[in-house]
Amino acid sequence: MYNFEFVKPTTLDEAVAALASEEAQVLGGGQTLIPTLKQRLAAPAKLVSLSGIDEIRGVSAEGGVLTVGGGTTHAAVAAGAGAYPALAALAGNIGDPMVRNRGTIGGSVANNDPSADYPAAVLASGATVVTNTREIAADDFFQGMFTTALNDGEIITAVKFPIPEAANYQKFEQPASRFALVGVFVAKYADGVRVAVTGASEDGVFRWSEAEEALSSSFAPEALEGLSVPAEGMISDLHGSAAYRAHLVGVMTRRAVAAAG
Amino acid sequence: MPKDHGIGASPKRREDVRFLTGAGNYTDDINLPGQAYVHFLRSDVAHGKINRIDTSDAEKMPGVIRIFTAADFEAVGGVPCGWQVTDRFGESMQEPKHPVLAEGKVRHVGEMIAGVIAETPEQARDAAEAIVLDIDELPAVVDMKAALAEDAPKVHDDLKSNLCYDWGFVEENREAVDEAIRNAAHVTTLELVNNRLVANPMETRVAIGDYDRSSDESTLYTTSQNPHVIRLLMGAFVLGIPEHKLRVVAPDVGGGFGSKIFHYAEEAFCTFAAKALNRPVKWTASRSEAFMSDAQGRDHVTKIELALDADNNFTAIRTETYANMGAYLSTFAPSVPTWLHGTLMAGNYRTPLIYVNVKAVFTNTVPVDAYRGAGRPEATFQLERVIDKAARELGVDPIALRRQNFITEFPYATPVALEYDTGNYHATMDKLVELADLAGFEARRKESEARGKLRGLGVNCYIEACGIAPSNLVGQLGARAGLYESATVRVNATGGIVVMTGSHSHGQGHETSFPQVIAEMIGIDEGMVEIVHGDTSKVPMGMGTYGSRSIAVGGSAMVRATEKIINKAKKIAAHLLEASEADIELKDGAFSVAGTDKSVAWGDVCLAAYVPHNYPLEDIEPGLEETAFYDPANFTYPAGAYACEVEVDPETGKVSIERFTATDDFGNIINPMIVDGQVHGGLGQGIGQALLENCVYDENGQLLSASFMDYAMPRADDVPFYTVDHSCATPCTHNPLGVKGCGEAGAIGSPPAVVNAVIDALQSGGFKVDHIDMPVSPSRVWAAMQG
Repeated sequence: MYNFEFVKPTTLDEAVAALASEEAQVLGGGQTLIPTLKQRLAAPAKLVSLSGIDEIRGVSAEGGVLTVGGGTTHAAVAAGAGAYPALAALAGNIGDPMVRNRGTIGGSVANNDPSADYPAAVLASGATVVTNTREIAADDFFQGMFTTALNDGEIITAVKFPIPEAANYQKFEQPASRFALVGVFVAKYADGVRVAVTGASEDGVFRWSEAEEALSSSFAPEALEGLSVPAEGMISDLHGSAAYRAHLVGVMTRRAVAAAG
Repeated sequence: MPKDHGIGASPKRREDVRFLTGAGNYTDDINLPGQAYVHFLRSDVAHGKINRIDTSDAEKMPGVIRIFTAADFEAVGGVPCGWQVTDRFGESMQEPKHPVLAEGKVRHVGEMIAGVIAETPEQARDAAEAIVLDIDELPAVVDMKAALAEDAPKVHDDLKSNLCYDWGFVEENREAVDEAIRNAAHVTTLELVNNRLVANPMETRVAIGDYDRSSDESTLYTTSQNPHVIRLLMGAFVLGIPEHKLRVVAPDVGGGFGSKIFHYAEEAFCTFAAKALNRPVKWTASRSEAFMSDAQGRDHVTKIELALDADNNFTAIRTETYANMGAYLSTFAPSVPTWLHGTLMAGNYRTPLIYVNVKAVFTNTVPVDAYRGAGRPEATFQLERVIDKAARELGVDPIALRRQNFITEFPYATPVALEYDTGNYHATMDKLVELADLAGFEARRKESEARGKLRGLGVNCYIEACGIAPSNLVGQLGARAGLYESATVRVNATGGIVVMTGSHSHGQGHETSFPQVIAEMIGIDEGMVEIVHGDTSKVPMGMGTYGSRSIAVGGSAMVRATEKIINKAKKIAAHLLEASEADIELKDGAFSVAGTDKSVAWGDVCLAAYVPHNYPLEDIEPGLEETAFYDPANFTYPAGAYACEVEVDPETGKVSIERFTATDDFGNIINPMIVDGQVHGGLGQGIGQALLENCVYDENGQLLSASFMDYAMPRADDVPFYTVDHSCATPCTHNPLGVKGCGEAGAIGSPPAVVNAVIDALQSGGFKVDHIDMPVSPSRVWAAMQG
């Protein structure tokens, strides 16, 4: 990697100040950024690590909302999100133990990798992404592959998940990376069902509205009969064609509904 | 009761203590005083004309010592090929020059263009980025058949075409085979791909060149399976350094699987640069470099036809294979699709007529060479797949069809030049049927179906030729090296033994298994025997480890040297015991006079050899050290039968392996635990090839599967708990231990079992699928199910 300045503030204010300088870059758990730096594909002048900021770490549940600090590791969510079991299960199945002990929810959501797991949970839960300056609804946050509503220097301090009545995440793994080839998160709330799909689309995570409508009427796998997503716009690569991914969206959605029961 | 020491016992691997506690001494652990680092600027295009390499800015970068380009290597030779294949018209293969650094053109992504030497690795890499390259990208050839088109771009402008050779075997049988196929009652045809693989040993390649001005000696520390071969090839053919001025050390090596057999340009570069700079020069490959510079494996496209008579006896086999050589000929590349592949096409079966045609092709891809099994997996896969397809077409049981055609009498001369010395294929199949509980398969299938899964059973046999040798035969076949093995057995004055073996251990556990043999022969504790390997300054000229040859060839050399030791020690003992040499018996570490209670301990005899106060100096010399070179009379022929049971998820196409049983005939076995481990590892790699691994280039020659994010290695949860057995042993008839070798069997025998099982599962679900190319990934299975 190229040389850079490294700072590790202990408060959010210090971090925001540090990020004000030219070519400063936030470092969460580093699970994407560090390999990118090692390959010399990025050259920030300064890295601002969030790992020393206690105020953006932790998991708590109150009033039907699970709040996860932006700097909380996947392992901590897996262990601490008992109030939202589907989310805890998702976090516990990201990558491997090393990834889960370094990677953070804020880093994952901010990166918006089209194959990452968390964006599906955030979008399907209708969660709110909280930053140092504002609150952003999940539906407004994800804006296509590796693109979000975040401004430069904006830090995700927490993600607030309304806790659903029932939910489940089904991931079909890409054989090499074990990222989601297709992952579907289904969450049932009193006012309806939300379905979010990761891994599949060239536009990144998306909601499958037809499935949501059908499941809101009847939360059962049979309600999805005859529904499918078009292959157009799906990712096609070494590991699966667009048609295969579109097919898997249906399969994984049915399985998620069945498992959420 | 299992033995607790000697041959047949399973002591824990002594080398694992240092490997598992971080005390191993791998090449990258070696750091020499004053060492500099090289970073190689590698081509990012698959095919291009180099107009200019401007290093002027880079040379001014901090820490840069020197930048080498092809111009600096004009006086040295290219990287040599160690095997010459003669084509079916009697002409030699086309053999392009393989320069250390690219000359005029780049021919694959990853080819070295310049070597930047600096004080630190990061400085070298920084400077490499400052080199200004002017390259005109040329159209690349990637697909083999397209590469043979009249108007295809040529990988090597000075060659006639991209065809390396067109090999026919046995050429004299060609017309007879054609006629047998025309007259057959049934012909089954299968077209298939044997997918390209990346070896991916855990340790990437490393090379350190060193030069000692006082002695004018060069030393290369390298991650090699055969340091003497590197010394010979690099010294004689590339750098012109006589062997007495060149030492090659391959210390602990973290896996090779074939990819560390070959002489690589980086080794020659570091050795050359160290002398030029009078400083040690070190290179450590990143994993990304390993993907684009380690020789890759397999990559065959094959059409096979199997002819049967009306009684389902095999009457002929005809194959046509395109074998990818990549951009240059790696050390043993030409031998893999020919002599290591065509000669195995008889398999375990009596097929009177066989003709194998292989067209080896140059493409703008990384060179391809031997990878665990090397040619034999490709032969086994096509044969065992086409037999399965034939059984289905004929409506007969695939096991019965195989049994009906088994070779049952030994020695057996195949129509493809080999003579199998021994074997019992019915016995391994009987054992397989029992251990795999094939009788219970239908019940297990019903249980799977109840859970919505398709269950399939795949069974196949394999045979391989191991212990690659004898030298005079391989010489006739084009090898430019001998294939014997060496050992020096040095007995110390107090009875301890050091064995210097030409075999090289890079995971096989020689330091544990080799002493078991000597302990058995002399009757001493294994702890008294130490194995030394991997250093040309310590070990007699040896040929190294590949082709499952270590115990069969290297072990035999050690046995021969130890026999010489015992014969001499008996003479000394006879003198000490004042008895006739003919009456001396060696048992449990003591020499005794037959029929008496007179004896002398091993240690006392050894001491007498080095402190010869009371010694038959008039008859024998003092000392107790012997060397043997062993050149076998034949290959060895491990064989076996494998059964794989899979479940296919019909909704996603995902295959999971539920059971895998392997019954192998390895002849006699030194350490059953190590053999189990070798089989497990081989099965894991075979399953990896069958289900997961795939090295893929796009049409421009860019490597798409260039990291573990896209190249799927098998992981623990991809493989089942194996049932392995090697009780059906027919000892090799021509080496002193009766051993055959076990290193590659699992990788050779398992891919067809997996694919046969997947096809069986799909057929059971009503899907008319005859074949799916490896890797049988979920997306491919799903696509096949869509028709």
